Amino acid sequence: MDISLLLKMVSDAGPDQIGLTCNGRDWSYSALWAAATGAAKLIAESNATHVALLDTGSEAAPIALFGAALAGVPYCPLNYRLADADLAALIARIEPAFIIGDADRVTRLAPDGQHTLFTRAAFVAAAEAAADPDREAGEGEGIAVQLFTSGTTAAPKAAILRHANLVSYILGTVEFGSADPAEAALVSVPPYHVAGIAALLSSVYAMRRILLLPAFDPKDWVDLCRQQRATNAFVVPTMLSRIVEHLDAAEEAPDLSSLRSVAYGGGRMPVELITLALDLFPDTGFTNAYGLTETSSTVALLGPDEHRAAQSSDNPAIRARLGSVGKPLPTIELEIRDEEGRVLPAGEAGEIFVRGDQVSGEYKDRSALTADGWFPTRDAGYLDKDGYLFLSGRADDVIVRGGENMSPGEIEDVLLAHPAVADAAAVGIPSAEWGEAVGLAIVLRGDNPPSDDELCTLVRDRLRSSRVPQRICRVDALPYNEMGKLLRREVKLLFEV
Amino acid sequence: MKPGTKLLSAVCDTEVMVIKAGSGEIGCGGALMVEKREGEKGAANPALSGGTIMGKRYTDAAATFELLCVKPGAGSLSVDGVALQLKDVKPLPSSD
Repeated sequence: MDISLLLKMVSDAGPDQIGLTCNGRDWSYSALWAAATGAAKLIAESNATHVALLDTGSEAAPIALFGAALAGVPYCPLNYRLADADLAALIARIEPAFIIGDADRVTRLAPDGQHTLFTRAAFVAAAEAAADPDREAGEGEGIAVQLFTSGTTAAPKAAILRHANLVSYILGTVEFGSADPAEAALVSVPPYHVAGIAALLSSVYAMRRILLLPAFDPKDWVDLCRQQRATNAFVVPTMLSRIVEHLDAAEEAPDLSSLRSVAYGGGRMPVELITLALDLFPDTGFTNAYGLTETSSTVALLGPDEHRAAQSSDNPAIRARLGSVGKPLPTIELEIRDEEGRVLPAGEAGEIFVRGDQVSGEYKDRSALTADGWFPTRDAGYLDKDGYLFLSGRADDVIVRGGENMSPGEIEDVLLAHPAVADAAAVGIPSAEWGEAVGLAIVLRGDNPPSDDELCTLVRDRLRSSRVPQRICRVDALPYNEMGKLLRREVKLLFEV
Repeated sequence: MKPGTKLLSAVCDTEVMVIKAGSGEIGCGGALMVEKREGEKGAANPALSGGTIMGKRYTDAAATFELLCVKPGAGSLSVDGVALQLKDVKPLPSSD
């Protein structure tokens, strides 16, 4: 079965119910289904091998996603924020493609490409005109989505999600039609991120109206939330931080009381920020979702009750769970393993492995799964004694000093607890003596910034001497991508001078 | 029966998608389910007429079979004549 069945089911169950509000237009489920069937026809006629979206979020995203599924062609949304050279390289990897969005840019970057080009408006109009709503959902054996990873450590990889992966994820996490008619989910993650795909599929299957914000801006987000009475939202930590700043600066607090549920993920959430948000939205349930592109989105979550229990607890172990990503989904197996592949007990950090039907672990040229179906996430972390998962960074980011493994996260956490430290990143830098040593890039604030000695003493006292930075580099800001992911390869460059 | 196969009731409007299946005969309303309906619908067995609910998953006691209802009808689902039960699902907070 393929993902188009999810839309077909809601279109059969509630044809006139509004499923999407975007750019001032309401789309019923049957109108979305009709447009998807028309898109499928256009895609099939084009002989394209991929359907690409080079655009901000809009109605074109779900129409292309489900239309590509019906046509049996992988949907491959592209990051429109990429620089020309990087984008051109990705476009060359999906030729010949059916590309929707910035047609002029594609023509400029790939003048000889055998692509079929549509602007957003032309695509939507053509899809509606070609509608064939009586057709069935597809068989869906193949690839539903191909996403280029953000490439924070290396060149982007083409991750593959099959229909079977995405359908398993949705059936395992969302109850069909379970949203009440007043619910509306504010979606502001970009369409080329796995969270953007999961948001469309989950909300459609729950029959929760999608409020699509084309590109994130804190004021637009707050305005849309207030005007449309949004009940649900998904944000990455950077977005939440900007929303909180915006609300702090507002002269009059906007009425956001409709917001029942906020899920967040896609990057490390600072404990101070989530604590602030819990205070600012006392009646909202917060859910921390941990997942990767290769796992069809969420594999572990910390739910609303667990957030509030941690917030109000005096027990440090329970309070610490505000920094946890929660427990694995019932449909996911999760293990922490050491470098020899041995499963580690609670409290010991290693690499996170996951297994389940939603886990693809597959790239265009190879599968990263082990023989028995486990996916090595390359994320490092540990489980506490009650099974809560804590992340400590990417396994590739581990600093190996004289044979001792150290996670950048533990060093960064100690420094971030200092009131004059606004941001910190620890990376491995070459050391003749130790192989690698700790390099620290730090952003300080306030009138009395601490000296290097003071920072080193803090690390030595709280951790141990091997964690003490060998070099400290003071910067105005750390490099992040637009989804709030720290670009460690760029931090490392600071120490190459 | 391959996962992803769509089956139709021979006696009511029920349609299901096979999520997983072992060996056994899948029925609805007391009659075997088919991949393609031919002729008139037959009569349902009153003992297997509890009805199916859109979007619900049905499973047997051993959890060998799992069927997703994609169109509801008046019959009840069964495997080898034994009625299937609604799958017990714990609701999860929305994470997307």
